[in-house]
Amino acid sequence: MSFPWAKEYQPSHPTMRWLDEKLPLPRLVYNAIGAGYPVPRNLNYFWNFGVLAGFCLMLQIVTGIILAMHYAPNALVAFDSTEHIMRDVNWGWMMRYAHANGASAFFVVVYIHIFRGLFFSSYKAPREMIWLLGVVIFLLMMATAFMGYVLPWGQMSFWGAKVITGLFSAIPLVGEPLQTWLLGGFAPDNAALNRFFSLHYLLPFVIAGVVILHIWALHIPGSSNPTGVEVKTAADTVPFHPYYTAKDGFGLGVFLILYCAVLFFAPNALGHPDNYIPANPMSTPAHIVPEWYFWPFYAILRAFTQDFLFIPAKLMGVIAMFASILVWFFLPWLDRSPVRSGIYRPLFRKFFWFGLIPAMAVLFYCGGAPAEEPFVMLSQIASLYYFAHFLIILPIVSAIERPDPLPYSITEKVLGEDENSALAPSAVPVEKSDAAPAAS
Amino acid sequence: MAENAVTGTPEEMSGDGVRRRDFINIAAVSAAGVGGVAVLVPLISQMAPSADVLAASSTEVDISSIQPGQAVKAVFRKQPVFIKHLTAKEIAAADAVNVGSLRDPQSLDERVKEGHREWLITMGVCTHLGCVPLGAGEGENKGEYGGYFCPCHGSHYDTAGRIRKGPAPTNLEVPEYEFTSDTIVQIG
Ligand code: HEM
Ligand code: FES
Repeated sequence: MSFPWAKEYQPSHPTMRWLDEKLPLPRLVYNAIGAGYPVPRNLNYFWNFGVLAGFCLMLQIVTGIILAMHYAPNALVAFDSTEHIMRDVNWGWMMRYAHANGASAFFVVVYIHIFRGLFFSSYKAPREMIWLLGVVIFLLMMATAFMGYVLPWGQMSFWGAKVITGLFSAIPLVGEPLQTWLLGGFAPDNAALNRFFSLHYLLPFVIAGVVILHIWALHIPGSSNPTGVEVKTAADTVPFHPYYTAKDGFGLGVFLILYCAVLFFAPNALGHPDNYIPANPMSTPAHIVPEWYFWPFYAILRAFTQDFLFIPAKLMGVIAMFASILVWFFLPWLDRSPVRSGIYRPLFRKFFWFGLIPAMAVLFYCGGAPAEEPFVMLSQIASLYYFAHFLIILPIVSAIERPDPLPYSITEKVLGEDENSALAPSAVPVEKSDAAPAAS
Repeated sequence: MAENAVTGTPEEMSGDGVRRRDFINIAAVSAAGVGGVAVLVPLISQMAPSADVLAASSTEVDISSIQPGQAVKAVFRKQPVFIKHLTAKEIAAADAVNVGSLRDPQSLDERVKEGHREWLITMGVCTHLGCVPLGAGEGENKGEYGGYFCPCHGSHYDTAGRIRKGPAPTNLEVPEYEFTSDTIVQIG
């Protein structure tokens, strides 16, 4: 698409030629995920997760539409209709388990996808827009999953809705009325359940729209790759089809094996037993935790236990929790190193593996643990590191780090030599932006 | 613009230089803008509590059988209300606290009705994120200050339902209520 050597769509069948003239839809597909899209030849398996995320979205939409055929979004019967799906509807148990575990699988895939972006700095120019749209998708996913979890109207559904909308009550002045407005009442009830169902049905399609923008933005510079060195010649690329359709197909197979293993052998392992108790506004479960994919953010929320100047602890926690994701929007401008791949950034790599990843692991663990010591203190330390990593460490590291020498091209990296590299002036071994640190 | 060159003849100019076409443009866009904003009102307020939800917000409770030291949970606006019959010891403990040292400074008298000091009526909704605190039921954990304890994120309330420890910012809310007789309370 973006490279001059991309193959052009040439339909041979007269019907396809006719269609191509009237509505070039097959051409669009050919250029997006067919032989007309040249892709770096050295992508590793981390580059499978975009396609897997797209698959998960489809899976959620299909199973979700089926569930919506049998589910009743009314506080009087919602719990019973979910049990009706589980016990009476043909294959209903499978659809519901597929949807609930599909949400978990979706988050696993997306977290790996984000991890790839962070380590290989896929968020850097010219791919900032792809990254920004990705963060938007992630926020929409969180909203969708939260509202979906409310629908079965069990104890965790109810108290999750109460606690999460309670976050808004932390906002000064407008907080309480805002929470009442969001719920359509003073506590979660039928009004809240109905609107959550309406939005839970809508948001996945909004996500699908943003995914299209995300891929559109991707196809302008094309995919990055593990070296972070941009594509130079046709030798650096292979056509998406059949090379990456095959590789993605293999990855999808592995994914499906793992997903089905959970779906059929441990369908409740990731859920919470309290959600099989009907919602009871009069009694809170002893230990309320969100779904596992929200744990790191929940830990940051609970890390703030002291008032800070005039800001109450409750508001601080809410601000920090939202800020922990919003900081990703600024990443392309916080990390100023011209080198993309973490493989060629010795200092960045140390902070990444021994700072950010352990901090995330601690937050993840503490978010699922009860709000007691030592978990509160551990979340405080990890939250502090988390913010310091993005706001202080990354800008400093990118200023003082001396990156390792980069290969001349993807082809040189893969084959050990690139005949074109002899033609390049030796003082400028790589593309302009990468030249300065590599040559020094 | 090309079309203006044709239509914007001097006769169309009014005295202050506003052309007829500009006026129509601004008027039309303003009217559409006001209309658009007006439509937002129903779009937004449809999400606020509906009439039936608001109507269900008054409850009467008979408190004659609640012994000192006991509490009951009533329902008000689909949320629990704690009605607690304080013992003399609990009242003394609440009075002994230096009000100025509290996060949300209030004396016991500000939280009960005159002549009914022994009746502490509060929402059973933690002011942190809305869980139902423990301590109203028989044998439940009353926290370090002998009142209520919220297990969700560890907020402790004292015998006057005031926040003493943990993340909650304010005391348990006292709903509007009145004693319609010595044994009947009307909440809301
Ligand atoms: C971004 C994609 C989606 C995510 C992350 C998601 C997530 C969830 C989650 C976590 C639940 C709770 C499952 C449980 O505990 O039982 C749920 C339930 C539900 N979802 Fe979705 N969902 C998505 C898309 C959809 C779509 C497109 C529809 C319908 C068109 C839908 C319809 C439903 C229904 C009817 C339920 C209630 C039944 C049940 O609890 O199993 N979902 N969703
Ligand atoms: S909701 Fe009670 S402590 Fe958080």
